[in-house]
Amino acid sequence: MKDRLLSIALGLSSLTVLLVLWHVAVVGLEVPSYLLPKPADVGVAMWSGYVVQGTYWKHLGTTVYEMVVGYAIGCSVAFVVGAMVAEWRLLERLVMPYVVALQSMPKVALAPLLIVWFGFGVASKVVLVALICFFPVFINCFYGFRSANPDLLRLYRSLRASRLHVFLHLKLPSAAGPVFAGLQIAVVLALIGAVVGEFVSSKQGLGYLIQSSTLSFDVATMFAAILSLSLIGILASTLVRMLHSRLVFWERRDGAAPAPLSEGA
Amino acid sequence: MGDRLAIRELGLVYGARRGDVKALEGLSLRVGAREFVSVLGPSGCGKSTLLSIASGLLAPTRGEVHVDGTPVQGPRPDVGIVFQQPTLLPWKSVLDNILVPIAATRRTTAQDEERARALIRLVRLDGFERHYPHELSGGMQQRVGIARGFMHDPALMLMDEPFAALDAMTREHMMDELQRLWMDSARSVLFITHSIPEAVYLSDRVLVMSPRPGRVVEEVQVDLPRPRNIDTLGSPGFIDICNRLRRQFQEKHA
Repeated sequence: MKDRLLSIALGLSSLTVLLVLWHVAVVGLEVPSYLLPKPADVGVAMWSGYVVQGTYWKHLGTTVYEMVVGYAIGCSVAFVVGAMVAEWRLLERLVMPYVVALQSMPKVALAPLLIVWFGFGVASKVVLVALICFFPVFINCFYGFRSANPDLLRLYRSLRASRLHVFLHLKLPSAAGPVFAGLQIAVVLALIGAVVGEFVSSKQGLGYLIQSSTLSFDVATMFAAILSLSLIGILASTLVRMLHSRLVFWERRDGAAPAPLSEGA
Repeated sequence: MGDRLAIRELGLVYGARRGDVKALEGLSLRVGAREFVSVLGPSGCGKSTLLSIASGLLAPTRGEVHVDGTPVQGPRPDVGIVFQQPTLLPWKSVLDNILVPIAATRRTTAQDEERARALIRLVRLDGFERHYPHELSGGMQQRVGIARGFMHDPALMLMDEPFAALDAMTREHMMDELQRLWMDSARSVLFITHSIPEAVYLSDRVLVMSPRPGRVVEEVQVDLPRPRNIDTLGSPGFIDICNRLRRQFQEKHA
């Protein structure tokens, strides 16, 4: 607890120092505000965007919506397909070559095409996000479902357990760790996908806000939007991480594992 | 007849890239009802392969395997397996891990749970029913693995160097517990090991395997009184048998 307070205090003080340095640099070097705003200007933009005028909310809402819906679709499809491909060798041989080929393709390059197909609205961004999220989750699911301990597989086989039972009680929990690792990667990619989609063409969203403020050299708004995006990213990946440690309780990643009990304890 | 496990003229050939590898050749052995038989052999003599075949998970190239007089043609639930590593399910409690052999095919009942709790007491893990494997020491985990092997009361237990991963102190303690468990359950055990004292301490008979291709080259009867204990380890009879096996080993593998 004391340790935690200390690290929060240290984090806050380094942030303060950084903001002060930023301010001093902008004022001292007389950097024009269309290149780099003062931290206070960003604060004012945030305040007016979210509190006074409230115009940022719809942009924030749009981006979060695209991100969350695309993420949910991409990850669920990846999970189901990954599980199926891991379970059936024939499917593996059919599907894997395509996956390997498509994996190295930068999915954001598809953004303009998706706009053509799905329009300027939210749908094209959702599809892009889903596509981007699919691959890391799929690969992790696939290897996760294959990662079950071979001795345990032998044990279940010798007990003549049904395939479904083995899947639910052995393969699924064995995959949990890798699956969450994939979900963690995908959550960051989802945000990138949504913003890139909005960059290409959109009428709303934080990506749109950044682009539209370039036209008016409104750098403070740009910074406010970027700050909002960072906060979304931090919040989303924290959520996934919390879910991970809650659900996959048997994996210890904090390094603070309780000492194993001694013999005869 | 009357043998729990009978293996006759077993042969197994692996197809490897540089030609075939004979893992086992002309291997015969039998384990009687309530008998504890150890198989002693150098590493790489196909001991684990033998267990896979006996449990029906691997089909032999030649030869026959019978359990209770019926040929083994696939995985059999009446054969229990204990591995070198505890191989527990990390997401299940000690109690649920021991119940795995039952839960694999049907709903567990209050009676099953009662039996699991009795096994937990037998391996001296009372109070740890609700603990998870990562909260236990290696020795305790292995005890859970052994209790699990006995859960569905298999006619035959196959144990693949179950104490190999344990330190010497824990190992002696575990040998004692296994003997107790075996005497209580009155099951047949085929026990694979590379430790001579372990084999002699636990077994009614010790079989010695040759290096690859593995087959049984020697058989030693152990007539020491049961239950055996710490004093057995220092008794002249025990030391005598160990020395005899050691000499044979040196002759065979020199």
